[in-house]
Formats: sequence, C-alpha cells, structure tokens
Amino acid sequence: MSYQKYYVPDQSKYPIFMAFALFLLVMGASSTINSLDDPESNAVYVLYSGLAVLATTLFLWFRTVTKEHIAGLNSEQLQKSFVFGMGWFIFSEVMFFGAFFGALFYVRNFSVPWLGGEGEKGLANMLWEGFEASWPVMSTPDAGKAFALADKNMSWPGWNHALEWLPMWNTIVLLSSSVTVHFAHLALKEDNKKVFNKWLAVTVTLALVFVALQVLEYYEAYALYGLTLNSGIYGSTFFMLTGFHGFHVMMGGFMLAVMLSRSVFHNHFDSKSHFGFEAASWYWHFVDVVWVMLFLFVYIL
Amino acid sequence: MSAVIETHDHDDHHHGPAEGLTRWLYTTNHKDIGTLYLWFSFAMFLIGGAMAMVIRAELFQPGMQIVEPEFYNQMLTLHGLIMVFGAVMPAFVGLANWLIPMMVGAPDMALPRMNNLSFWILPVAFFILLSSLFMEGGAPNFGWTFYAPLSTTYAPPSVTFFIFSVHIMGASSIMGSINVIVTIMNMRAPGMTLMKMPLFVWSWLITAYLLIAVMPVLAGAVTMMLMDIHFGTSFFNAAGGGDPVLFQHIFWFFGHPEVYIMILPAFGITSHIIETFSRKQLFGHTSMVWAMTSIAILSFVVWAHHMFTVGLPLAAELFFMWATMLIAVPTGVKVFNWVTTMFKGSITYETPMLFAIAFVVLFTIGGFSGLMLAITPADFQYHDTYFVVAHFHYVLVPGAIFSIMAAVYYWIPKWTGNMYDERLGRLHFWLSFIGVNVTFFPQHWIGLAGMPRRVPDYALQFADWNMVSSVGAFLFGASQILFLFIVIKTVMGGKKATPEVWEGARGLEWTVDSPAPYHTFSTPPKVS
Repeated sequence: MSYQKYYVPDQSKYPIFMAFALFLLVMGASSTINSLDDPESNAVYVLYSGLAVLATTLFLWFRTVTKEHIAGLNSEQLQKSFVFGMGWFIFSEVMFFGAFFGALFYVRNFSVPWLGGEGEKGLANMLWEGFEASWPVMSTPDAGKAFALADKNMSWPGWNHALEWLPMWNTIVLLSSSVTVHFAHLALKEDNKKVFNKWLAVTVTLALVFVALQVLEYYEAYALYGLTLNSGIYGSTFFMLTGFHGFHVMMGGFMLAVMLSRSVFHNHFDSKSHFGFEAASWYWHFVDVVWVMLFLFVYIL
Repeated sequence: MSAVIETHDHDDHHHGPAEGLTRWLYTTNHKDIGTLYLWFSFAMFLIGGAMAMVIRAELFQPGMQIVEPEFYNQMLTLHGLIMVFGAVMPAFVGLANWLIPMMVGAPDMALPRMNNLSFWILPVAFFILLSSLFMEGGAPNFGWTFYAPLSTTYAPPSVTFFIFSVHIMGASSIMGSINVIVTIMNMRAPGMTLMKMPLFVWSWLITAYLLIAVMPVLAGAVTMMLMDIHFGTSFFNAAGGGDPVLFQHIFWFFGHPEVYIMILPAFGITSHIIETFSRKQLFGHTSMVWAMTSIAILSFVVWAHHMFTVGLPLAAELFFMWATMLIAVPTGVKVFNWVTTMFKGSITYETPMLFAIAFVVLFTIGGFSGLMLAITPADFQYHDTYFVVAHFHYVLVPGAIFSIMAAVYYWIPKWTGNMYDERLGRLHFWLSFIGVNVTFFPQHWIGLAGMPRRVPDYALQFADWNMVSSVGAFLFGASQILFLFIVIKTVMGGKKATPEVWEGARGLEWTVDSPAPYHTFSTPPKVS
C-alpha cells in the first residue's frame, strides 16, 4: 500500500540545446543541398556543427536518464511511460515506411499500368505512345532523356541464382539477428550476463554484416547495373525504401551497440531492470519486419 | 500499487517556478509549456492573420493594386501553413498541456523533458519557414497543399527550407502526441476509468492517435519531394514512371485526418462549455466518445474526396463519396447531443458560451457545405472555387478558432486567477461573429457563381461581394487586437476567481485553486 512519487525533473537544459542543434542541422542541410553546385559553399560546416551538438546533447540526455534510473528515481509508473513512449514511436516509424510502401503499391498497381495504356485510365498512354508497362520499369516513359536507363534490376533471379543474389544473404543475416537478440533477452531474464553479452555482440556483428552487404549491393547497382536514383520510378522506390531501411538498421545497430557497451563496461542491466536494452531490441525486431516486407514487395513480387 | 488518498495538498517538495528567462527555456512544467504553446500560437495567429489582411486588401477590388501576383501567392501559402501548423495545432497542444494533467489528476505530463523539446523546436521551424520570405526567389508560393509539380519542378529554391521546416513541425507534433497518449494511458488518477474521462481528454486521445498516424506520412511526402527536386528521383514525375497524382494521394492521406486533428479537440472543448453554462450534465457522454472515434476511423478512408476532379476511376469516386457522407452521421450525433444538452437547461450567456453556441451553429453550416462538396458530380462544379474556401474557413475559423477562443475565456480564470472583463469579452465575440460571417458567407455565393480560388485578380461580376468580404475580414482582423488586449488585461489583474470559477462546472481542474498551483496532484486525487 505505498505510492511511489512520479519523478518530474525540475528543469532541464537538454531540450533547448537539442532544439538549437536541430536549427543548425536544418539550416545547414537546406543550405548545403541548395548549394550542391557551388564548391565555394561552407554550408556543410553548419550541418556538421548541428550534428555535433545533436550527438553531444543526446549522449548527455540519455546518460542523465540512465543515472536517474540507477539512482532509483524512476517509479514503476514512470518506466511504464517509457514503454508506452517507445511503442508509439515505433508506430510512427511504421507509418513513415507506410508512405513509401503506399507509393510503391500505387505506382505498381495504378499509375504505371495506366501509363502503359491498361485499365480505366489507360488514356494516359497518349502522353508517351509506345511505352509498355512492366515491373520493374526498366525503360522509363521518356527513356534515355531526363531519366537514365538501367541494365538490370534487383528482383528475384530464380532459384538457380538464389545463392549469388545479395538480398537473400541480407535476409538470412537480418532474420538471424532477430533470433540472436532474442537469445540475448532470454539470457538476461535469467541474469546470465555472460551469455547475454555474447549474443548481443553477435547481433551487433550481424548488423554490421548487413550494412556491409547493402553497401556492396548499392555499389553493384550504381557501378555495374546502371541502376541509380535517376533510373525512373523503379530506382526511386528501390533506393528510398531500402535506403531508409538501411538507415534504420544503422540506428538500431547503434542502439544495440550502446547497450552492449553499457552492459560490458558499466555492468548495466539485470533480469529486472533492462528497459534500454528491451527498447532497442523492439526497434530491432521492427527493422526486421520492415525488411521482410521489403523482401516481399521490392525484391520478390 | 495503490494510492494514498489525498486531495490537493502539495507542499511536500515543491517550490514555485524559477526566475527569469531560463524558466521558460529549461522548464519541464506542463503549465509553463502550455503557456508557451498558447502565446506562440497567438503570435502565429496574428502573423498569419496579417497575411490574410494582405490577401483581402488585394482582393478588395478587381485588378492588381497592392502586391505582385508572385508575392500574393507567397502570402496565400504562408497564411495557410501558419494558420494550420502554427496557430490552430499549437493552440490545441497548449490547451492539452495545461488541462490534461489537471483533468486526469496527474502531477505533470508523462515525459516532461520531451514536452519542452516538442515546444521549442516549433519556433525553430517557423523561423526557418518565415525566413524564406527573404530568400532569393521568395517564400514557398505553391499553396498550403504544395501539390507537385508546383512544389517540385516549378518551386522556388526556398522549398528546401520549407521541406525541412515541415519535418521539424512533424517531429514536434509526434513527440507532443506521444506525450499526450502516454499521459492519458498511464497517469490517470485511481478511479478515473476511460469512460469517466472528460471529453476534452478523450478528444485529445483520439487526436494524438491521428497525429502519430499521419504526421510521418507527411514527412514521407516532403522527403519524396526533396528527392525529386535535388536527387533525381521521379516519384511525382510521369516522365520517369511516377505520377503527380501520387503526391495528392499521399498528401491527403495525411491531410484529411489533419482536418479532424484541427476539429476533434474543439468538440471536446465545446462539450465542456455547453455542459457548464446549461447547468446540466452533458447529454450522451458515451455516444460522444463513439462519435469521435468513428470520425477518426472514417478520416482514413475519405482522402480522395479532395481529388474528385483529377481523374479517379469511377469506383473510387463512388467509394469516397459515400464514405465522406457517412461522416455526417457521427457528426450529427454530436450536434444533436449539444443541442439536447442545452434543451431545458438554465442557460446563461457568458463569453465562452457565446463562442460555443456560435461554434455549434457555424460549424454545422461548414459541415453542410462539406456535404454538398462530397457529392462527386456536384463537386465537379464547386472544385477550386471560392465555395471551397468558404467551406473550410467556416469549419476552421468559427469552428476550430472560435472553440480555442471559447476555451481561453473559459479556462483563463483558472490559469491566471483573474476573471476576464465580461463586457469586453462579449464585445469581442459579437465583433468576431459579425466579422467572420460577413467575410466568409458571401464567398459561398461568389464561389457558386464561378470565382476560382487562389487568384489575386478576378472578373468584374465578383467585385461587390469581394469588397463586402474584405470589409468583414478587416473587422474580424481588427477585433483580434481587442482579444489580445483582453488577454493581457486578464493576465495583469482583474476580479479574483474562485476555485470553481463557474457555477455548474464539472471536472478535477475546478477543485484546485485559481490560479492553479504550479504543481497540481503530486499525489493523485481519488475519483469516485
């Protein structure tokens, strides 16, 4: 019959520094992008300083939250707020990917067939007579003028070539990493920190392998297949979906790496208190599910 | 874990607010942050309003008098963006910050530091957006809906800054909404079951859900724009296999729920005010909750009614027409409940009640013109005319904004401890009420007569009603200076308010002192 007080920090300097960091970041990013053709531009240093302030603030902010937790300030109710908060953050990420998957669905099922003359709005074909709809769109409606032509796409090459097909390895690596992070979680629940560290380290390694494979895949696309952001709608959807996913893999992998270092160097986490790790692992499972969707809708179908 | 029962006795660890400017910069207090949001929103309301005055001044007479067409487009665009993202939304978030913790009996918002961050990135976003006025090529000029290719191929260079400022506004909304949801789900006082929750809290729970669902989609849309403009992709370019109409689909998948984001909290506010001043319990509390939930769910499947004329397949035209009309059902339930609450009530007409009644009547007019627009074949005639402008201004100005003003008059005694000047409040109401109707009602007629929207000049037959509309707009604009004066006067002093403020007011916020102490409910109250 006790009531634990909900901890409300009195004041904090972190948010205003973070707002300042975002200001630098966004001014820097916009000016850099607007002056890509201008080699004299120094805007990129504003961007870098924004990143530096952001990274510093995030580090200090998370460190404070961790310290408060260790000091016992976080009641059960407050920890539940973190759980809800992370859950809804992941939901917002799902909706972000939803926009890109929605765009893919729309072009594949509606606008590209219409441009090719099929279906109810096939009238659109008169814009580019002779354009034939197919997916992946290898030859854009104004082929070779505004948008480049790609020689090869990334789609499923058939069973004979399945093993030399990078996305297959990417899938194996990422799916295994979801399993290994779960093993780590199970070990932690039994307070077996040694096994926990081991499986978490394996997961971080798999994350690195995935990113490396993706770099290789992008290199092949650009250098060997001529498939770029500029190759029309297929290149656009392919790179934006896999690119944002890859970026999220890096973020998730970084979070897991931070948790690993907290566990190894500071001996954080035990069977009762490990929300930081748990949140990172949810994020990791989320990234994994997105990859399964990508594998299905971008590569296979 | 169960609670020690204690009412508002909170002198254990608390001290008042810190001194000086850093109080506002570093604060984690939901009341401080609510105040910041409300003042920010007021400032944006006046800036966006000044832009509306430029627009109405140019349209006072046919021909080009005051501004260049290019600048007119920039005013039009910024007016829309500022009013939606800078005035209405932050005002509701400010009210949520002030009221939700007090209404559910929580000590503060669930994640107080993130709460501060959600506010302080808003001035950053709007500083960047407004600074684009001084950039080469001018500010964004493609309308608040920023359709491709106007916003991609033909956009001024400042579009890059616009895109990133939208990202920041989205981040602010998402963090703010996560805070609201977590506070409501996790911080309610013992005994406050979901169905006992005040309707303003319910309306915000649903709004926050909508925001988390659609702001990321908007972020996706502007990201695709950025890539199309600068990095050679072809999402919105048919020459590369994309489709400009795809932009409209993604935008309105965000945009239609966004419309309800700007009205659901107004529903909550209106329910409280009508209940209080009718001195009766609200009629149909449960049906109000279900009506808002239905509206929120339906809002995800009606987006293409903004796009009836782009060449949708027939099946889509029919589906989106019927789905849109379906929304009239839960909305009708709400209006019925408000009217029934007033029926046989002992009504008094203080300023908040005047604004709330005007809300019910004028929002319903906006709803009816919405039904007209929902009829696909009729919309082919109305599309992109001033009829549409009249419709959405009726739901947003005497809808959303009147409800915000009603909320300010209703709760300002709780915030400041002082009563506002009732005579001036009523004067402000009547000036606004007349101004808003004189401005927007004639726009129905010039729209039906065929005047297109988003034009700086028009044919002579529209001259008379445009002049009337401009006169109304100047009156409405000027009366908001009076509002600013009333608010400042109330903050400075006035008749002291009692804790319950209004006879017949219900809810936990009326059980604490006026002004509400800096920290309320450090130990949760018992709700029976």
